[in-house]
Amino acid sequence: MIAAAARPYLAGFRARFQQMLQYRAAALAGFGTQCWWGTIKVMVLTAFYQARPLGAGPMTLADSIAYTWLAQALLALQPWAADPEIVLAVKSGGVGYDRVRPLDAYGWWFVRAIGWMTSRAAPRAALMYAVAGVILPAVGLGRWAWSAPASAPAAAFFAASITLGTLLAGAMTVLLDLIVAATMNERGVNLLLTPLTILLSGNLLPLLLFPDWARNWLFVQPFASLLDIPLRLYFGLLTGPGALEALALQALWVVLLVGGGRWWMGRLMRRLQVQGG
Amino acid sequence: MSQIVVEALSKTYRIAERDPGLLGAVRGLVRRRWRAIEALADVSFTVGRGELVGLIGPNGAGKSTTIKILSGILEPTSGRCEIDGLTPWRQRVRHVARIGVVFGQRSQLWWDLPVIDGFDLLRDIYRVPPARYRASLGELVSLMRLERVLDQPVRQLSLGQRMRCEIAASLLHEPALLFLDEPTIGLDAPSKLAVRELVGRLNRERGVTVILTTHDMHDIEALADRVIVIGAGRILADGPFDELRAGVLSERRLSVDFTGEAPELAIPGVRLIERDGRRLELAFDPRLTPAPELISRIVADHPVDDIHVEEPLIEEVVARFYDLHGASEA
Repeated sequence: MIAAAARPYLAGFRARFQQMLQYRAAALAGFGTQCWWGTIKVMVLTAFYQARPLGAGPMTLADSIAYTWLAQALLALQPWAADPEIVLAVKSGGVGYDRVRPLDAYGWWFVRAIGWMTSRAAPRAALMYAVAGVILPAVGLGRWAWSAPASAPAAAFFAASITLGTLLAGAMTVLLDLIVAATMNERGVNLLLTPLTILLSGNLLPLLLFPDWARNWLFVQPFASLLDIPLRLYFGLLTGPGALEALALQALWVVLLVGGGRWWMGRLMRRLQVQGG
Repeated sequence: MSQIVVEALSKTYRIAERDPGLLGAVRGLVRRRWRAIEALADVSFTVGRGELVGLIGPNGAGKSTTIKILSGILEPTSGRCEIDGLTPWRQRVRHVARIGVVFGQRSQLWWDLPVIDGFDLLRDIYRVPPARYRASLGELVSLMRLERVLDQPVRQLSLGQRMRCEIAASLLHEPALLFLDEPTIGLDAPSKLAVRELVGRLNRERGVTVILTTHDMHDIEALADRVIVIGAGRILADGPFDELRAGVLSERRLSVDFTGEAPELAIPGVRLIERDGRRLELAFDPRLTPAPELISRIVADHPVDDIHVEEPLIEEVVARFYDLHGASEA
């Protein structure tokens, strides 16, 4: 029963995933860029820690370095742009075809967003792990490597948390898709979201390294749930009840953004004017 | 019993208007003026099961708006529409599971994926049981001659191949009702003929109800038993095409090649269109002067080499009809 209900959505996810895997050159280029930026960030962090030793500060240098590799590996899981396929469909009027499918319109966009993001993240993450997690230690550069999770529970918390983070990223991408559908233009929203996501998710700098006064606020805002919270769990910086609270916070954001997206989509689609023809 | 009932359907769009030029653009930022566009006004018709109806009209007449409302994409401003007892925009999911739709100007297949992958995805979207899918796919592949294109990515197909795939894609879940919005647009002559043949067979052999919009009047002539003409959002005519033709333009043409120099003819109700050496082009109204009578009068008085009667071109009939109703696009 559930299998039958989920069948179209699984198929939509699979098709989008499969389609994106075709673009090998894009994956390699993305990986190259992410290695380059990762290296620069690792160098900056090292200089920062050497200039001003933090002692028993919020995060060790080793964790910050591994954090950087993980953040670079998972960059494609960040909702920093609307799904280009939906953008194209909205602009060309092809979105009309989405409306003649016997599907929940929100669910359909959501699974495609998840398929789009995970298919881009998976090969890049695998390559990044091969380089920063396997090759660097093997050639004696273990100091600069991507280290394993702090403990078995930390790994389990991380797995749950990154799953919630991915769902949240999907919900945010659908919101971006909806903004594009409402405004017929993706440039503004993409331009705004890219720096916002990079900064607030912790990709640019782990949120624990921000000034004290900003930290609480940064922890509860939704972008932290995408990357920073999963990575704090990975490094065992949040454990026990604190870890469970963090997962609950992520789940809350997922529920809020999915609910809000569904409500808005319902409204938007009722007054949608399919262009042309 | 009617499969489709449409009553007093109206659709008004609101579009932002602005004055031309930079100043107009700036003014538009501060205060926006809206103008209501009436795309459909009081449209009513019914369609019976198994009918093949052509929906024609000039650009911007409301054909596509009608199709979009009937297929559940758009919500009308007012009016009623029931298809097999369902209201398309209220019971959208249940309604669209039972219809097939082709928009000739857009693609429903995944551009980068092979055709068969797109078909398989549609199988899962419509939850078609595997055995039914195999049978339906096999039938459509042979009907549309798709054996050789199934494993090609959609972007590599010619427009004719693509359109055959699009129509197949809309039929995989065996809908009882098919909406075709300009299915022959941009196709070459053989592809047009193929599409027409296919649509005709689906209608005759599978009893699929078809609603078709087109600007190619040969599609209508070849396929539709019934034509609904829409102009400026209103229904202008609804009936068999011959009726439309007779009502608009009963005139026929007669061209005569005389053995010698073409003579002066003075036959009441007959109009001279062109004189070219030994040839005369005449227009006549068959209701006043039947063709056999006219021909025998001419050959009785003059030696004639060749003679033939022509109906006015179908495009002419339609253009004239639009003009008569002031429906041609401004």
